[in-house]
Amino acid sequence: MYSKNFLISLYKTMLKIRLCEESLVEPILKGKIKTPCHLYTGEEAIATGVCAALDKNDYIFGNHRSHGHYIAKGGNLKQLIAEIYCKETGCSRGRGGSMHVVAPEVGFLGAAPIVAGTISLAVGAALASKIRGDKRVSVSFFGDGATGEGVFYESLNFAALKKLPIIFACENNFYSTHMPLRECRFKDNIYESGIPFGVPSYKIDGNNVLEVYEATKKAVEMCRIGEGPVLLEFVTYRLRGHVGPDDNIQGLHTDIRPKEEVEEWKKKDPLEIFKTFLLKKQVLTKDEIDKMKFEIESEVKEAHLFAQKSPYPNEKELCKYVFKEN
Amino acid sequence: MCSKKIRKLSYSLAINEALHQMMEKDSSVLLIGQGVKSPWYVGNTARGLLDRFGPERVIDTPVSENAITGVAVGAAIVGMRPIVVHPRMDFMLYALDPIINEAANWHYMFGGKINVPVVFWGIINRGGEQAAQHSQALHTFFAHVPGLKVVMPSTPYDAKGLMISAIQDDNPVVFVDDRWLYRLEDDVPEELYSVPIGKGIVRREGKDITLIAISYMAVEAVKAADFLKQEQGISVEVIDLRTIKPFDKELIFESVRKTGRVILADVGWKMCGFMAEVAATLVEEMFDCLKSPIKRIALPNVPAPASRALEKHYYLNAEKIIKAVLELLKGEEVMYGVQSALL
Repeated sequence: MYSKNFLISLYKTMLKIRLCEESLVEPILKGKIKTPCHLYTGEEAIATGVCAALDKNDYIFGNHRSHGHYIAKGGNLKQLIAEIYCKETGCSRGRGGSMHVVAPEVGFLGAAPIVAGTISLAVGAALASKIRGDKRVSVSFFGDGATGEGVFYESLNFAALKKLPIIFACENNFYSTHMPLRECRFKDNIYESGIPFGVPSYKIDGNNVLEVYEATKKAVEMCRIGEGPVLLEFVTYRLRGHVGPDDNIQGLHTDIRPKEEVEEWKKKDPLEIFKTFLLKKQVLTKDEIDKMKFEIESEVKEAHLFAQKSPYPNEKELCKYVFKEN
Repeated sequence: MCSKKIRKLSYSLAINEALHQMMEKDSSVLLIGQGVKSPWYVGNTARGLLDRFGPERVIDTPVSENAITGVAVGAAIVGMRPIVVHPRMDFMLYALDPIINEAANWHYMFGGKINVPVVFWGIINRGGEQAAQHSQALHTFFAHVPGLKVVMPSTPYDAKGLMISAIQDDNPVVFVDDRWLYRLEDDVPEELYSVPIGKGIVRREGKDITLIAISYMAVEAVKAADFLKQEQGISVEVIDLRTIKPFDKELIFESVRKTGRVILADVGWKMCGFMAEVAATLVEEMFDCLKSPIKRIALPNVPAPASRALEKHYYLNAEKIIKAVLELLKGEEVMYGVQSALL
């Protein structure tokens, strides 16, 4: 059903995201990285599955937790890590930091941490695609917390009204920063949000990369033939803190998530699930996985070295980029 | 070059012509917002656009300022040139996130990789007992934000030329106009032309005092200057800034070097208003040239009242400008022969 190469590429992307995120833990704890990093560990299947169903030309918009989206869409790893070190060689030239990564060359049009702030922007990109008739699809990645914002519902209505090629991709990790979903929302029914607006809406296991891929592929097809928008709620869990490796490590004890809950979700680690599947189906051997891991680790290490050696932005250029010169 | 045809056109139809010409010239230009089909919302500014360019590029929208403004920003990010209209500027407050957090920051935040060529068009509606939420001139808020340009044309010529410049600009531009100006008629060339963003203009030359005004107050400032010249022999130089961000410092400085006296006339509130910035700039950079304290004419720090009995005291006009000029010159009565009856 799937080609071997395709399955391997999915796993490779997930592994790359995981190893990239985990490589940030130590420099964050040592204070080498100061920019607030919202790690994607545990949610890799979503970015990977969604972006695998998109073309390079399709558009995505991200949020505060977007390293995974950047990597999955094909952004340059060195530039990502350099941006996290806030260096001039970073994808945003050190002006954006971890929460503002961008790779327009592969259709990643920007990430921004104002919760729900980029949803309407993605709708705008979809509107442009419709006007131009270029068949591009836009994806807006946002968290469960963003569904508390009014602009989410305004955007659903407008996108539905104009039949725009947009996928609303909600990554529901059950926590809006530290507040559990049950305290933010009357019902755990985010996927139903699209229904009153006539937007086909689905709830998907966000820790199963193939399910994510299949659902997105269908949504993309609908969008391409003018049957968008589509809302996909991906159920997942972050295995690290809201910001930084672990909210408790820094002595803040702000992670109020029950230990048992975290342990339960560790058993559903998307990377482990997919690895087990690939081994069982003999797509990959353990040795091949180890080799792949070693290669990616080297690549990540190299990216860190590149970032560390890179210069900071020049103080003389503090005021550059406020406006584009006409 | 062919001969330039000039004829009288109203302010609102001058904007309309700019929109027609830019949409004709550039297929990436689109107009989106509430009531673009309805003169009730946007006067004559959108006349004929829907018929000519169709509903894909002239998009009437539900009441969703936040999302619709974000939609315009998103479309601009991928290379369209949207104009998003807010027929009453007050409702634009719902859209501050896409304007300030997103559009204004996007180019800087991503190291210059993406630019956002969008026009945020806010119309000031006031008077007519519309009360506090249909009357606010909020230009100062936008001028405060890095990454936004803010233009406020006061004549039909500038309305057309600045709308064209705003659309052509590769950055977010806030275009603020005023329904009180919509019926004003003046000479407007037929061809497509632009008025440069950031350049003010001297409306009346004078040597005694510099009167710096914006938007509707520039119209009233000219009336005041003409009256003062005729009735009092006072020579007032009127500068219409046209763009408040960035504003034309050189033009102001040149005038102040000559006159040494400054009156500033805003259409918004006095407290932390745009003219406070102009005054501070003059004090910082031109202090030695100032012969007397700077005087500001601006709205009192009060929400707009509904009752016409209060409105007429709230809003500013030529009469109030004349009064301010005479007050400023009071100490120099002999020199100008000021009639104290007017004070």
